[in-house]
Amino acid sequence: MRLFVSEGAPGSLPVLAAAGRAQGRAELLISTVGPEECVVPFLTRPKVPVLQLDSGNYLFSTSAICRYFFLLSGWEQDDLTNQWLEWEATELQPALSAALYYLVVQGKKGEDVLGPVRRALTHIDQSLSRRSCPFLAGETESLADVVLWGALYPLLQDPAYLPEELGALHSWFQTLSSQEPCQRAAETVLKQQGVLALRPYLQKQPQPGSFEGRAVSNEPEEEELATLSEEEITMAVTAWEKGLESLPPLRPQQNPVLPVPGERNVLITSALPYVNNVPHLGNIIGCVLSADVFARYSRLRQWNTLYLCGTDEYGTATETKAMEEGLTPQEICDKYHAIHANIYRWFNISFDIFGRTTTPQQTKITQDIFQRLLTRGFVLEDTVEQLRCERCARFLADRFVEGVCPFCGYEEARGDQCDKCGKLINAIELKKPQCKVCRSCPVVKSSRHLFLDLPKLEKRLEEWLGKTLPGSDWTPNARFIIRSWLRDGLKPRCITRDLKWGTPVPLEGFEDKVFYVWFDATIGYLSITANYTDQWERWWKNPEQVNLYQFMAKDNVPFHGLVFPCSALGAEDNYTLVSHLIATEYLNYEDGKFSKSRGVGVFGDMAQDTGIPADIWRFYLLYIRPEGQDSAFSWTDMLLKNNSELLNNLGNFINRAGMFVSKFFGGYVPEMVLTSDDRRLVAHVTLELQHYHQLLEKVRIREALRSILTISRHGNQYIQVNEAWKRIKGSEADRQRAGTVTGLAVNIAALLSVMLQPYMPTVSATIQAQLQLPLPACSILLTNFLCTLPAGHQIGTVSPLFQKLENDQIESLRQRFGGGQAQVPPMPAVVEAAATAAPRQVQVLMDEVARQGNIVRELKAQKADKNQVAAEVAKLLDLKKQLALAEGKPLETPKGKKKK
Amino acid sequence: MAAAAELTLLEKSLGLSKGNKYSAQGERQIPVLQTNNGPSLTGLTTIAAHLVKQANKEYLLGSTAEEKAIVQQWLEYRVTRVDGHSNKEDIRTLLKDLNSYLEDKVYLTGYNFTLADILLYYGLHRFIVSIVSFFSVMFRMIFL
Repeated sequence: MRLFVSEGAPGSLPVLAAAGRAQGRAELLISTVGPEECVVPFLTRPKVPVLQLDSGNYLFSTSAICRYFFLLSGWEQDDLTNQWLEWEATELQPALSAALYYLVVQGKKGEDVLGPVRRALTHIDQSLSRRSCPFLAGETESLADVVLWGALYPLLQDPAYLPEELGALHSWFQTLSSQEPCQRAAETVLKQQGVLALRPYLQKQPQPGSFEGRAVSNEPEEEELATLSEEEITMAVTAWEKGLESLPPLRPQQNPVLPVPGERNVLITSALPYVNNVPHLGNIIGCVLSADVFARYSRLRQWNTLYLCGTDEYGTATETKAMEEGLTPQEICDKYHAIHANIYRWFNISFDIFGRTTTPQQTKITQDIFQRLLTRGFVLEDTVEQLRCERCARFLADRFVEGVCPFCGYEEARGDQCDKCGKLINAIELKKPQCKVCRSCPVVKSSRHLFLDLPKLEKRLEEWLGKTLPGSDWTPNARFIIRSWLRDGLKPRCITRDLKWGTPVPLEGFEDKVFYVWFDATIGYLSITANYTDQWERWWKNPEQVNLYQFMAKDNVPFHGLVFPCSALGAEDNYTLVSHLIATEYLNYEDGKFSKSRGVGVFGDMAQDTGIPADIWRFYLLYIRPEGQDSAFSWTDMLLKNNSELLNNLGNFINRAGMFVSKFFGGYVPEMVLTSDDRRLVAHVTLELQHYHQLLEKVRIREALRSILTISRHGNQYIQVNEAWKRIKGSEADRQRAGTVTGLAVNIAALLSVMLQPYMPTVSATIQAQLQLPLPACSILLTNFLCTLPAGHQIGTVSPLFQKLENDQIESLRQRFGGGQAQVPPMPAVVEAAATAAPRQVQVLMDEVARQGNIVRELKAQKADKNQVAAEVAKLLDLKKQLALAEGKPLETPKGKKKK
Repeated sequence: MAAAAELTLLEKSLGLSKGNKYSAQGERQIPVLQTNNGPSLTGLTTIAAHLVKQANKEYLLGSTAEEKAIVQQWLEYRVTRVDGHSNKEDIRTLLKDLNSYLEDKVYLTGYNFTLADILLYYGLHRFIVSIVSFFSVMFRMIFL
């Protein structure tokens, strides 16, 4: 037989390893062919590796070739191996090809590469650790191990892509990699060049496209019915029978909330949203909403909880915005702080404090930390070359300079980046630089600045991380980011800026400078707390008693995991440092990114105008929370999830359970006599509840939501199988059975209402009001499923919880938020910016542009006559021109590719 | 055809009397079989091979090492290529390749009818019906 391989084809790895392991490579003739050569006569597209058998048949599947070698050596096929190989072909390969393509062909790094495969890696790790076997299909190494090892080796041989926390995967991979046949295969294929050896082959392959859709697919996790032991069932039923008695007394509400010695004190922060913009859905799920779920959960556990957030208000961006809108920075902050607060109120975010960073406390605490760093020798001084506008008498931040791009010659390049070629620019390299304010030409001047001496603090940081990370719930991406920063070595970071809008630097010679937001924004948490209580130090200088959870999107990790800890460690004042850093990936919008300037995506203030209740938004955003990998907001998916999960699953179950009590039992919960099936159900629900707790304790918010839906699915099945609505009309025994089923179902509904509270607080309260759930049961969630609605309990009026979302409704929303907004700026801010025309006139024109835009779209959709379309388009362009004039804006030609 | 329905159909044609219940997992609705005496099995071809063994018809998985490997290769082809096709062009290529492969064969392994023929037939059924040029393949498969 003859094996055809190609230089750098990843499939060669498992095939050569399998040949070496099972069959001996001696009998194998190996031919190397080009990556585009068609070896198999009946296949249109090239495929390697291929094994041509002596019979003339071809094996063109990598797994089938490996299997063949193993079969020749006398191995017998089994279900588990088949399952692994099927999973490898259908799940792992698509993810892996995408990751390898990003890494090798597109040169991406870090999470971009790891993101697509993380879930698959976790699956392997969990299977290995759950079965506590060293190998995938048993005690000895076999076909499944070789095939998966070979597939994964190119990626995992770089330790950066073998996540540390996946311990079982780690040791499995190391064991296999150290074996002789595998080692030899690796040497032959990768030739000591690492993954780059695959480039010549992968470059010739089409980009794996189909994975994009899967990477962001929001599919539910596995739902496996566990087998239960008799003891587990008995324990669950005993707990259930105890009912309300087992609930501890409610914690009295404190004001202010302060840490209590001997209790679990949970301090939760959400990244401070930057004040000058309206947050979009991605910002909301990234920190504020995620932290809210955890805060609500923490309170349900009766943990002593303080949840705080606020707007981050200092910095260049605020100054720019102020200039654009013709207001002072303070006025801008006041205005946008209120906008933020309103949005979060609408989303039902349960802050204990929603503060701001522009307060005297901020100045006091920041300056104190700075003084301490200064006296301890952790602050350096250096000069930096910067552009200075002599006419405005100030140094220009990057955003205040425009000029000609030194790379592509684009006329309106910004001081930090060129919009045309996308390259990063150092402001002093701009040709013909101009001050954006007065249009005069700035000069290069050197300016003295202060630097935080991170290299000097690196050792302390590593010591602290060494103590904090193991066993903590830092998300993998946060660990990865911190690790890569440390690997590259820390450099001194500039902590001052030539600005006015900021915390003043208390040092001679720096009177006209402020701290860079990057240094003082994270101190905002402390000052916001200090504005809430003068005893703020009991939270922030109390690492022994306080558990600090910080929520953010991954771009914020370096500031929270590195810079602030360095400042705090250097200040030597016993600060509370982050125990659990919870970072999300990014949320995309439909197929692209949210973009304020292009008007793409849903922003916080618009969500309210869609007519969709806040809880539905919360549910869907949490359902697709970018946990572990990027995800995407999709209107169609939102409709689907609302109609299937909320309406048909959860809503249907809770409503039926309540309706049965009202309709068949006059509103009183009937007697329950549990059969063995019912006892089993109680145990299953208990198990799922415990799973929910385990996940939320680890802040796996998205996954825990699945547990709620799983329980309600069990509930629906239970009602369906037991046909309570039929039995109620039957014999005495049947009636009793109907009673038990109804009673158990309505108790499951009560449990669901509490589990749902962190996710959908309003719906939760509605259910609890409908069921008249006793107060302590509403506010406390134990780890056991209790009978909280005993026989004889009277429930209230039951009504449906959710509404169906219709296709045309969603379609019109999709169009509204799909990018046309760029022409119809929805922000009042823009309207106010219009200096040359009355806002009313602008509004009228905007409406006309929108109307005309619809006419054009409709005509195009109907494939109308070209001349007719052209005429309407001309009208539209004319209207846009008028609008631009009215707004006092220069006429713009559309930039870049615009998505429809 | 949903995977569960396909497996039920397979059970019938294998002569298995006791019908299994299948659940579906994830967006792609991957079938899951909860077995009595062990962990659950996930995946269409995995479960199908399991059913074949249950029915004592191992010959449907191939008799020689070569046949066994070929059967598994086409089973994989079914779940990756046939189920994973994305556009008309892909389907056309796929059918053309199969047609050319089967030109000198009765079944996928040559002369023996196997599980690969059954599952590929089920998989192709939905888009093969409309394509006349593929009639000959259909013909052979229907008159097993």
